[in-house]
This record gives sequence, C-alpha cells and structure tokens, in this order.
Amino acid sequence: MKSSRFWAWLTFGVGAAYFFIPLIATLEFSMRMRRGEYSFDAYRVVFGDDRFQATFGYSVIIAVFTIILGVLVVVPTAYWIRLRMPHLRPVVEFITLLPLIIPAIVIVFGYIRMYGSNSPLPFLASTRGTDALLTIGYATLALPYMYRAVDTGLRTIDVRTLTEAAQILGAGWTTIIARVILPNVLIAVLSGAFLTFAIVIGEFTMASLLNRPAFGPYLQNIGANRAYEPAALAIIAFAITWGCMSVIQVLSRFAPKSANRPN
Amino acid sequence: MVDSFLSIQKVRKSFGDVTVVEDFNLDVGSGEFVSFLGPSGCGKTTVLRMVAGFEEPSAGKIVINGKDVTRLKPNQRNVGMVFQAYALFPNLTVAQNVAFGLKVAGTPKAESDRRVAQMLELIKLPASEYGNRYPYQLSGGQQQRVALARALAPAPKLLLLDEPLSALDAKVRVSLREEIRSIQKELGITTIFVTHDQEEALSISDRIAVMYGGKAEQVGTPFEIYNRPATRFVANFVGTLNVLEGTVADAGAGKVRVGNQELLVKEKLNGARTGETLSLALRPEAIALGPRPGHDARLAGEIPAVPFLGSVIRVRVGIGDKQVSLDTFNNSSTPPPAVGDKAEISFSSGDVLVLH
Repeated sequence: MKSSRFWAWLTFGVGAAYFFIPLIATLEFSMRMRRGEYSFDAYRVVFGDDRFQATFGYSVIIAVFTIILGVLVVVPTAYWIRLRMPHLRPVVEFITLLPLIIPAIVIVFGYIRMYGSNSPLPFLASTRGTDALLTIGYATLALPYMYRAVDTGLRTIDVRTLTEAAQILGAGWTTIIARVILPNVLIAVLSGAFLTFAIVIGEFTMASLLNRPAFGPYLQNIGANRAYEPAALAIIAFAITWGCMSVIQVLSRFAPKSANRPN
Repeated sequence: MVDSFLSIQKVRKSFGDVTVVEDFNLDVGSGEFVSFLGPSGCGKTTVLRMVAGFEEPSAGKIVINGKDVTRLKPNQRNVGMVFQAYALFPNLTVAQNVAFGLKVAGTPKAESDRRVAQMLELIKLPASEYGNRYPYQLSGGQQQRVALARALAPAPKLLLLDEPLSALDAKVRVSLREEIRSIQKELGITTIFVTHDQEEALSISDRIAVMYGGKAEQVGTPFEIYNRPATRFVANFVGTLNVLEGTVADAGAGKVRVGNQELLVKEKLNGARTGETLSLALRPEAIALGPRPGHDARLAGEIPAVPFLGSVIRVRVGIGDKQVSLDTFNNSSTPPPAVGDKAEISFSSGDVLVLH
C-alpha cells in the first residue's frame, strides 16, 4: 500500500515538474528584462504596446462572434440528434472530430480557393467578409470541443421526456429550447464557450494566412523579434487560458441538479 | 356506454413492418378513469402516446370532446400528462414547474400564482413550504405529485398517466395511487392510466382495458375483468389462476374428466363436444380445503408443498399431473396441513372458468 502510494506521488511529481519547470523558467526569464534585478518591465512593455491592445481586442471580438455562431449551430444540432436522430450520433461525432484531424492550414487553403474574389461567395473580397470567414473557420476549429461540451450537458438530462413534458403543456419549439433545454445545458454551453475563447485567442495559422490582425500572429511576430516580451506574452496567454478554465470550474457548481431520472 | 368524451376508433400503429397496435377501439366517458393494463410491449403506452399526440396513428381516428385530434400536435390538444420519469424541469422551482403551462398559455401572473397555490394545496405540498424548492430537493413521491399538479394546472380536459407509480417504492405507490384517484374524482377529469400492475389497475379504475399483442383483449369493470375474463390471456394475466386440463366426458350433461376424476361444469361448456380437451381455471380464493357449504365440486389429491406467506398460507394440492394453489388465513391455533397429506379440495362449479 505504502509502496504504491510512493510510486503514485513520484509519478505525480515527475508530471508536475515536466509541466511547471518550463513555465517557471519562462516566468523567471520574463522578469529579467532589467539587468541585475527582477521586474515586470517586459509586461509593462507588452501591455503598453498599441499592437497588443489592437490585436487582443480584435481576437476577443472574433472569439465572441465565434462563440455565438458555435452555440447557434451546435445546440440545436446536438439537441435534434439526441431527440430525433440518435442513430446519426456516431456520424455527427465523427464529423465534429474532423477539425482535429485536418490541419488548419488545409482548411484555410480550402477557404482561399473556395471563397476568393472570383467565387460565387466572395468572402475574401472585403475585410468584413474575411472576418466572417475567419469566424466560421474558428467555429469549425472549436467544433470538437463545443459539440462534446453540449452533448455531455444534454446527456445529463432526459431530453426526450423533458421535451414531451413541455410540449404537452403547450410549449412550441422556441419555448422548449429557450426555457427548458438551454437553461439545463447552460453550464455545458459556457464550458464550450470558454474553450472556444482559449482556442481563438492563441490561433495563428488561419489569422496569419487570411492576413487578419489577430493576437496569434502578433505573438509570433514578437517572438521572432524580441527577447523578454515573448516570455511575458506566453505567461499572459497561459493566464488567460487558466482563467477560462477556472471560470468553467466555478460555473459548473451552479449547474442545475438533474432530478429527471427515477431513483 | 354513456356520452363518449374520448373516442379511439380503429386505431393502428406500425413502425416499419412491425405493427404494435392493431384495430384498437375504446370509448371513454366524461369523468371516467380507465386503465390500460398489459405486459411490456403490448402497445398500451403507444396508444397513450397517440392520444397525447407524440405518435401519429397509421390508421384510425382519435376524437376528444367531439373534436378529431388525430393530426393535431401535442401542444394543441389541451391534454395533461404525467410521465413515469417525473420529467420535472430541473432548472425551475416547484412553483415555476407548476406554473409552466399557465405561463405558456399567457395566463396573467396573479391568476397563475393563485392557481399554482391551489394546485400545490391539492397535492398537499403547500406553496409556502415547497414552492421555492427545486425538484432535486424532493423525494420521488413528492416529485410525482408535483408532476401531477403541473399537468392539472392548465385545467386540461383529459389526463394521461403513463406508469406514474412504477419508479416509486411499494408503500408510496399505494398511497399515491389512492391520492391520484381521489384528486381525479374531486376534479371529475377524464383519465387514462397506463400500468402493468394489475393490483393498481383493479383498485382504482372505473374500467380496465386489458391489452395484449397490440389489441384490447377485454374492456370491462375490474369486477368483470377479474371474475369473467373473456380470453385465456386475460384470465392468466389478471390475478392468480389455477389451470387444470380436462376432457369433456359428456357435453350434454356438462361433465368434464380431470385425471381420473369427474367434474360437473354445467352451463360453461359453450358448445364444446364430448372428447374435446379444455382448460379449466379457478381462482385460489374460490377453492377450499375440504368440503364447504355451496361447493358442489370436489377433487382429491396430495399436498406437495405448503409455502408460508405470513398472514396467508398457500397450500398446493397435486391433482393428476397439475398443481392447484389455494390460500387459507394463518391461524396460530391450527397448524397448517403437512407435506404429503392426502387432501380434498372443493369449489362451486359456477366459479370454474372454461378457457377456450
């Protein structure tokens, strides 16, 4: 018993060291901008940079639109699949996994070929069109996470019986989704939303190839030309991701407790 | 039949090649409590779901209060339903759950609040104490009562209960079924109750439709269903039944041979011919150990087992190659018969059911 506990702690310790030592090293390096003493100069430079504010602001706006698009597409789809077409679930799950298999660069080249200025849908002919295409691309990249989060949320409630209970009480589809289904999977939707946010904030390939002023290309640019600031940005990016994860954890405590299943 | 409030006419339901309900006919009077009783897969829930509008009949017609609702959506039928799995909305409080249908219908808040309080009073979960609780803070029985209040709040014309007691423990089941029946009587609402529990159906129904293989085998009062089962299935499914194989010895005289003994069944042979093999059925309570006044039929046998059930002792008597069970009350001053004893059973030939 004691021996197995020792090995468990050792494994945990090795894993934690593997994860934390580079992070601590990066943090330590980011604070060495001022010669001979630790300081937050690198962070001050980063936060004071207009491009940081502009690119971060742009990515946040794109992330918000990506989340809205993802929710509008995924929630009704996952709900309908569970309610009416459960036999299609494996197919839909496979489709939602494709963005993990197909590299983003392939997707974005496909977009450039399909939606160029000469195509019937010339998204790339205008700035707003390109932003819209980037949003759609990000929604695709976030699909595996958003779909799984929502589907897991739907699994905790008896979708069919709740739908029928609402129907027999006179409710139409809009009322059912807005007042019964969505509130019961809201925490799952928010989990998916924060994962989407984390993905969008750090994404480089699509934004770079579509030539949009996003945070990902800015990170890459700074990384290639500066010494201490990239380390500070890496720590900031980690803090944003962890912040998102913490919010998911906090929100999950407020999830409605399911009382649908008989004892 | 009095005025028909719900009329299910020649309804059939098929899923692909499989027909689950066939030629189902039933008229339910206003304020009547009718149970659909049958084993799993007999089509009782499918019929209920067709009445609710969740399934569309492949053929036939459903009329509620004179209006053909066959093709109407569930939210257009003004029907209330209670589900086996409670189906309370987990994100809403008890009061909000009960008010859901009223809110959807656009009932003014003051009226809705009054109605919610009235409904919660009816199910004995006063709004002041339970109104702000969430479903997970209630027991199974309380949740099902809230589900009943929620179904009744919009004042539906028809109440459908889909095995509402199946998920509850035995004690709660008995008390809740009595509560459901008393509320139904108080409101005078026409009710369809689906169950596979014969005791439930027998105890609270005005009439029972016993279903098998997608058809109504028999529709009648609990008394009729139990005492005059129309088919072999009904006789076997409702209550405990002793079945003996017999051969008609003399059709004219009503004599049937069971093993090497003869029995007089008088008017029950229904045109059976001499030499024909019949199944004779007897309820355990119709049989006595030894002679009894009014019991004109007797059969002799040997006791192979005497299971002790507490207040009741079930005595098994071997008659030929079959066994007959009969129940006697436990009497602490009289020891039960011993295994291996010779015994004679007696019954009234009028209580014999001849199964064709």
